[in-house]
Amino acid sequence: MDSYINIKVRVWRQAGPKAQGHFETYELKHIFQGASFLEMIDILNEQLIAEKKDPIAFDHDCREGICGMCSMYVNGHPHGPDSAITTCQLHMRHFHDGETITVEPWRSRAFPVIKDLMVDRQAYDKIMQAGGFVSVNTGGVPDANAIAIPKPVADEAMDAASCIGCGACAAACKNGSAMLFVSAKVSQLALLPQGKIEAAKRAKAMVAKMDELGFGNCTNTGACAAECPKSVSLANIARLNREFLCAKFQD
Amino acid sequence: MATKKDTKVATTTKKVAAAKKATTTKKATATKKVAATKKVADVKVITPEMAKIPAGPLAEKWTNYKDHQKLVNPANKRRLDVIVVGTGLAGASAAATLAELGFNVLNFCIQDSPRRAHSIAAQGGINAAKNYQNDGDSVYRLYYDTIKGGDYRAREANVYRLAEVSNNIIDQCVAQGVPFAREYGGLLDNRSFGGAQVSRTFYAKGQTGQQLLLGAYSALSRQIGKGKVKMYTRYEMLDIVMIKDENGEERARGIIARNLVTGRIERFFGHAVVIASGGYGNTFFLSTNAMASNGSAAMQMYRHGAYFANPCYAQIHPTCIPKHGDFQSKLTLMSESLRNDGRIWVPKKLEDAKKLQAGEIKGRDIPEEDRDYYLERRYPAFGNLVPRDVASRAAKERCDKGYGVNNTGLAVFLDFSEAIQRLGKDVVAQKYGNLFQMYEKIVDENPYENPMMIFPAIHYTMGGIWVDYELQTSVKGLFCIGEANFSDHGANRLGASALMQGLADGYFVLPYTIQNYLSDQIGVPRMSTDLPEFAEAEKNVNDKIARLMAIQGQRSVDSIHKELGLIMWDFVGMGRTAESLKTAIKKIDALKKEFWSNVYIPGEANSLNNELEKALRLSDFIEIGRLMAIDALNREESCGGHFREEYQTEEGEALRQDDKFSYVACWKYTGEDSEPELIKEPLDYEFTERKTRNYKA
Repeated sequence: MDSYINIKVRVWRQAGPKAQGHFETYELKHIFQGASFLEMIDILNEQLIAEKKDPIAFDHDCREGICGMCSMYVNGHPHGPDSAITTCQLHMRHFHDGETITVEPWRSRAFPVIKDLMVDRQAYDKIMQAGGFVSVNTGGVPDANAIAIPKPVADEAMDAASCIGCGACAAACKNGSAMLFVSAKVSQLALLPQGKIEAAKRAKAMVAKMDELGFGNCTNTGACAAECPKSVSLANIARLNREFLCAKFQD
Repeated sequence: MATKKDTKVATTTKKVAAAKKATTTKKATATKKVAATKKVADVKVITPEMAKIPAGPLAEKWTNYKDHQKLVNPANKRRLDVIVVGTGLAGASAAATLAELGFNVLNFCIQDSPRRAHSIAAQGGINAAKNYQNDGDSVYRLYYDTIKGGDYRAREANVYRLAEVSNNIIDQCVAQGVPFAREYGGLLDNRSFGGAQVSRTFYAKGQTGQQLLLGAYSALSRQIGKGKVKMYTRYEMLDIVMIKDENGEERARGIIARNLVTGRIERFFGHAVVIASGGYGNTFFLSTNAMASNGSAAMQMYRHGAYFANPCYAQIHPTCIPKHGDFQSKLTLMSESLRNDGRIWVPKKLEDAKKLQAGEIKGRDIPEEDRDYYLERRYPAFGNLVPRDVASRAAKERCDKGYGVNNTGLAVFLDFSEAIQRLGKDVVAQKYGNLFQMYEKIVDENPYENPMMIFPAIHYTMGGIWVDYELQTSVKGLFCIGEANFSDHGANRLGASALMQGLADGYFVLPYTIQNYLSDQIGVPRMSTDLPEFAEAEKNVNDKIARLMAIQGQRSVDSIHKELGLIMWDFVGMGRTAESLKTAIKKIDALKKEFWSNVYIPGEANSLNNELEKALRLSDFIEIGRLMAIDALNREESCGGHFREEYQTEEGEALRQDDKFSYVACWKYTGEDSEPELIKEPLDYEFTERKTRNYKA
């Protein structure tokens, strides 16, 4: 049963990209456990504003686990201690009275801090721009039922496509690799006949862009999939490697 | 900046309009209308010609339009810049398609990536008239369901076009690699949504919006990669720049935007400006919208002379997770698709409801015979799949009578026990697993074992900026697409139709119609953003920001926004009366004073400042809230999402007043401290007979 708790929150504060960051600890009283983690940060910010202090900058938007905007490292885990959720879906019932909760931004070379808990994830967009699409213009396409796709294949593509681009995979990875993110898109499109045609080219282009942007290599630790809020599977990385090798052989 | 736009909606055309009407509609009703117009002197009227509705039979209008519209040749497209604000389904699909056609596109979004626009959160599906299920669907039937679902308050021509292009959307998305759900035979699967008796909804698990948006985002990404779209993320438009042409007519020629990371105010030129900024549901503070969703772009258009149409039409979605505390930041939607298999009920006996409210018993403890499946009881033909407005009001009715099932008495059950028995838990999990998981994470209760608790919440706004058939506002060169415009849903939107409209506008309508405008603009060179009009617009923005920063009062932005939300919910919510609306206007006026004298914004204007962003948005929400109340007060009838308690049948159903209110209420800005002017676009139903909506038989 949800009740009220008193907590301390140790938050990473950093005024700007170049500024020196530090932890600051805040006390919060009487927090309802039915509140979401971000609602707890809202309460903390209201408290800071009332004290005429600078509120904590953090990314958030849909607050229902789908936009991929929220991006906090809570007690050492991207999106916090619960599994298969984003930070906005984390509730205070996962914390106990008197606990000190540590909150940090994504820490990854390719995601520089903008302010406090807010990071720059444009690198993911750039990877997508390098090849994360089917080269088809609007109009002049065949009827949607012209090509039948076996249900298991469509379902697998859907599972890969459920990636929300939040960056937890790269943030969780000790190498700062974006392989799970890249492989999810490569898999989704390689599985479907519409995307199959460009599969090899796509894999090569996206991997090259990923390397260029300073993401690390994959050493198969599996941290990415374990922390992924959408449970995107490691099998996608295997498929990416296959597509990538095929592309290399074709060269 | 107040515009002195001399709109062409002139009184001189009024008589022509009235005369025209008399010839096209039945004499009797026409005379009645003219009489009604006389009483309220000087009410201006928008004619079908002014709305640019093409001639001809309903089914041929769009084809006729396309056959005769002007186009821009490829060499000239390269010389034209189009600004698109927003990257949701409408914005991203428009930006990508315009770039594919050869225009230079500047695309803006407030999030850190175009993929995060709130279309991403749409769950259930997208409608199309494919008739893949062979259950009798057709373009006409989709049109008819949509216009009936909207309670006959939408434009026939627009809705028909929407139904017509719906099929292209599905083809396009499949070609992009959108992983729609499929049958074992490999073909696309469908499900039913409210307000329809066919299965025409395409879906991708409970993440249809996400998959469609990612399809549009990938098309957009491709164009960004090619350099045809210049993408500006974490930028917020704060004003539209108007420049007079050689005839002295003002045209939208650019925007002023704030870089949300640096706080810098920047200027951008475009030959045309397309706004795809979504709806204004967050006026209520608590809604299913994302935290940053806002109505400021709409208000900027409005202040430049674009009409705000039907602001009172807001959709209250019946299946949301109930509110649980004052700290709450948003309400989470549970997809309408759940009503395919879930059954909605409250206890038959008041004493059972009291026990539920006290937490003494659970829903599963109440025996079958003591459950009131009130939607099935009241609406046997559509049952749990009645449209959203009907389902929401029915829930309110039961809760108002004391039958609510949670501690606040503001919830009803959505029960899957029968579906689990019929289909098995696995099938139910396969269909709705992610929604069930979401529910359990939030409420900490297992919906497989105990019925879900749901309650209506603000979800979507059918009202929005008035556009003509070309999706152009009443300001030249300013277009408005997606939820931000008013055009297709009338007074109530059917489930799975928002995605359809967003993508129809962006992929298949605007890229055509905007060329009819731009074909005249090929001789207009790119303008310098050093022009005095840009400087003045920027100064206005800076002045507003400085004014806000200087207040240094005692209250946080959110505390005032929450207060506005309560006023809206209590007085401009599911049941409105003349008295409640007058109260709302008074309270909003007082709150506006409080905001402008007592808000506190920490930090600096010229740096990242989330509180300043919120304050700017709230200043507009306050105005929108007022406009909603004014419009609701004017509309003395009940239709769709707008329910005036004075106008209902004996059974409590919405009672339209077609003789008086069969029009689009367009509000024209007249200045900061004066009341808006009402302009009417009559809705003459030429092809469809208006009936009382009946979901009973």
